Amino acid sequence: MNEAVPFWRDERVLKWIAQITFLVAVVVSVWYLYHNMITALAARNLLPSFHFLKLTAGFDIGEHLIPYSRSSTYGRAFLVGVLNTIEVSFLGIIFATILGIIIGLMRLSTNWLLNKLASIYIEIIRNVPLLVLLVFWYTGVFLQFPRLKQAKILPGPTIVSNRGIAMPWGIPTAGWHTYLYILLVGLILAAIVWWRLTLIGKRTGRMPLVTVWSSLTFLGVAAVGWGLVTLIFHQAPLAMSTPEIKGLRTVGGLELTPEFLALFSGLVFYTAAFIAEVVRAGIQSVSKGQIEAARALGLNGFQTLRLVVFPQALRVIVPPMTSQYLNLTKNSSLAVFIGFPDLYSVAGTIHNQTGRAVEVTLLMMGVYLSFSLATSIFMNWYNKKIRLVER
Amino acid sequence: MMNREVNKQYSSGEVLAPPTERYTVLGWLKKNLFSTWYYTLLTLVTLYVLYAVLKPTLFWALKQAEWEVVVVNLRLFMVGQYPADQIFRIWIALHLLAFTAGLAWAIWLPKARRIGAFLLLIPLGLAALPFISGFSRLNWILFDIFALAGWGLGIWKPKAMRRPLIWLLLAYFPILILLILGVEPILKIVKTNLWGGLLLTMLLAVVGITVSFPLGILLALGRQSKLPIVKGFSVLYIEIIRGVPLVTVLFMAQLMLPLFLPPQIKIDNVLRAMAGIILFAAAYMAENVRGGLQAIPKGQHEAAWALGLSGFQTMYYIILPQALRNVIPVIVGQFIALFKDTSLVAIVGLLDLLGIASTVLAQPEFIGHQREVYLFIALIYWVFSYAMSYASRRLEVALGVGER
Repeated sequence: MNEAVPFWRDERVLKWIAQITFLVAVVVSVWYLYHNMITALAARNLLPSFHFLKLTAGFDIGEHLIPYSRSSTYGRAFLVGVLNTIEVSFLGIIFATILGIIIGLMRLSTNWLLNKLASIYIEIIRNVPLLVLLVFWYTGVFLQFPRLKQAKILPGPTIVSNRGIAMPWGIPTAGWHTYLYILLVGLILAAIVWWRLTLIGKRTGRMPLVTVWSSLTFLGVAAVGWGLVTLIFHQAPLAMSTPEIKGLRTVGGLELTPEFLALFSGLVFYTAAFIAEVVRAGIQSVSKGQIEAARALGLNGFQTLRLVVFPQALRVIVPPMTSQYLNLTKNSSLAVFIGFPDLYSVAGTIHNQTGRAVEVTLLMMGVYLSFSLATSIFMNWYNKKIRLVER
Repeated sequence: MMNREVNKQYSSGEVLAPPTERYTVLGWLKKNLFSTWYYTLLTLVTLYVLYAVLKPTLFWALKQAEWEVVVVNLRLFMVGQYPADQIFRIWIALHLLAFTAGLAWAIWLPKARRIGAFLLLIPLGLAALPFISGFSRLNWILFDIFALAGWGLGIWKPKAMRRPLIWLLLAYFPILILLILGVEPILKIVKTNLWGGLLLTMLLAVVGITVSFPLGILLALGRQSKLPIVKGFSVLYIEIIRGVPLVTVLFMAQLMLPLFLPPQIKIDNVLRAMAGIILFAAAYMAENVRGGLQAIPKGQHEAAWALGLSGFQTMYYIILPQALRNVIPVIVGQFIALFKDTSLVAIVGLLDLLGIASTVLAQPEFIGHQREVYLFIALIYWVFSYAMSYASRRLEVALGVGER
């Protein structure tokens, strides 16, 4: 009776054998590829190392959020690219969400015109590649604006020309850093107010206007701080700077290049079409009975949306929204085609100058992976927070 | 009088259609555009914005735009620098495709006649375009004739044609590659660097989806596997690829693939881009297939085990056939996405539909015609993607996918 299963038919043993074979196959093929690579690189005297990041870059980058010049290092140049990618993705996500929600609601509207317009918009945008859209937007729209000599000057003054858009903007003065600390204090106070009021609401069962009071706290601190800084430093923390045309360029204010504008608006318009569909699907997933029940309880239209429809729709919306945000961040890499210096574009230039394909690829992929990871961790946390807690 | 008629119909067991609402034009306008004061305001504002945007756009498109750049370069846009005397090979591939599709339609979708007729109208519409050559016109008409021939054959002998159809489908992909690339003594070799335009775009998408399909199945099975090493490897691969943009994968394929391969093997730009697209598409394919695998109830596994099938047999005979059938619509969606994504190969310097546009715009007589050119290629992408997604949506309805 005590027949032992022979090891070649024992499932546990077989599983391990299969895994070890697989592992050996993977290791051998990776080693083979690696060996080829090292041989090829050694022949070109380019053995992998990240020392080149400390060398002088020697090329210009049109837009940088941190100080950068030709004499900065490659590492600095890479960082400029990373920050540009973060900037355009962050702004893009915010504006695409707003526009997407508007179009999604239009799509659900009973107004025939709005409804049809939204669906035409969605069908057009979703069936054209983003890259084609971006190129068209850049060469067909932003570069076709009038020359600087005939620039259109909108009230503000905002100067619109084929060199981009220049608009009035605040320039930090000596008191700006102090003011930032005051803003931080305001933020902390607002958080405390939020927390206390929520506690009170939970205890009494009557929720006070939490959002309103905490925003008021913050705005109050910001206003008082502005006055204080102006008194102490004898000038406001931000000085107004208005753009003007000087020769062949604009001076002062905030200058937005056509590359940035094309990339930003292209990403926003493209992603908004997808977000609109996500929003529509989410809202439609709330069953009609919920809305009817809410109306029967005496809630008005806005309350029904805010208290009944949105919280339930959000659960359906968040996961696909996360992937839209990730797509937008990844799609920002198409910037290279229209000449905006994002991470991919700068990395490409660095590769052209140094020939360090492997290191540049690793760095670039690593950064994009960590963006994706960070976004999905945040959205998973948010998703968990709003999830329906079942018994 | 009315009531009695209604009653009669009731008693005879007929089912009446629900009463249709009737609107006068004014009533319709009031209900759909001007129901409340804020809707009235919104409608008026929207109408004004539409007018302000459409008027200059239409004026430009009809009066100012010079569409000559598109007409003159039509062949470049379609096939790139593919030799003019070899273009008949592309037509043969297309006709074979039409024949196969017609046959498949007749056997698998005999009821979806109307969608089929709609699809047949597209080539006729293309043949009616004023600026294409007589040769292309003839071929578009031939395309429909071949499709109808395939369809007729399928309707005539649906049972007998089932097996040949499978063979034809399996053989189509290699035949396509051989036709386009060439086989030395019979067909002249056309090097991949001459492939371009819409032809290259299509080939990249077709090769990408076809080759990534088996890879995706393997990765999906690996991810579902209970063997930790296999599972870990699959998860790592899928998540890394899905976490980075396609351009970085293409960048890697362009620069690192030549390093990975032994020095005697040289591969050109197009093959490198294809490799990148395949590696990229495989990860997404794996996730799609996994969705199908997860939708198979556990009872299927258990029943297969109870029948004494081995793990491999369970997968091959029971699970995969059901899972793959369920994911066909998703794979069509992925194909459309990939078709659009192939435009990124223009970034690494390939002359696909988008890449060829820059070449056309670099011709001295057509400088400054960006709007016309980019609108034209956007239109091509749009027509293909929209037709594909429309057909697949209609098919899902016609076949009742997800309603069983």
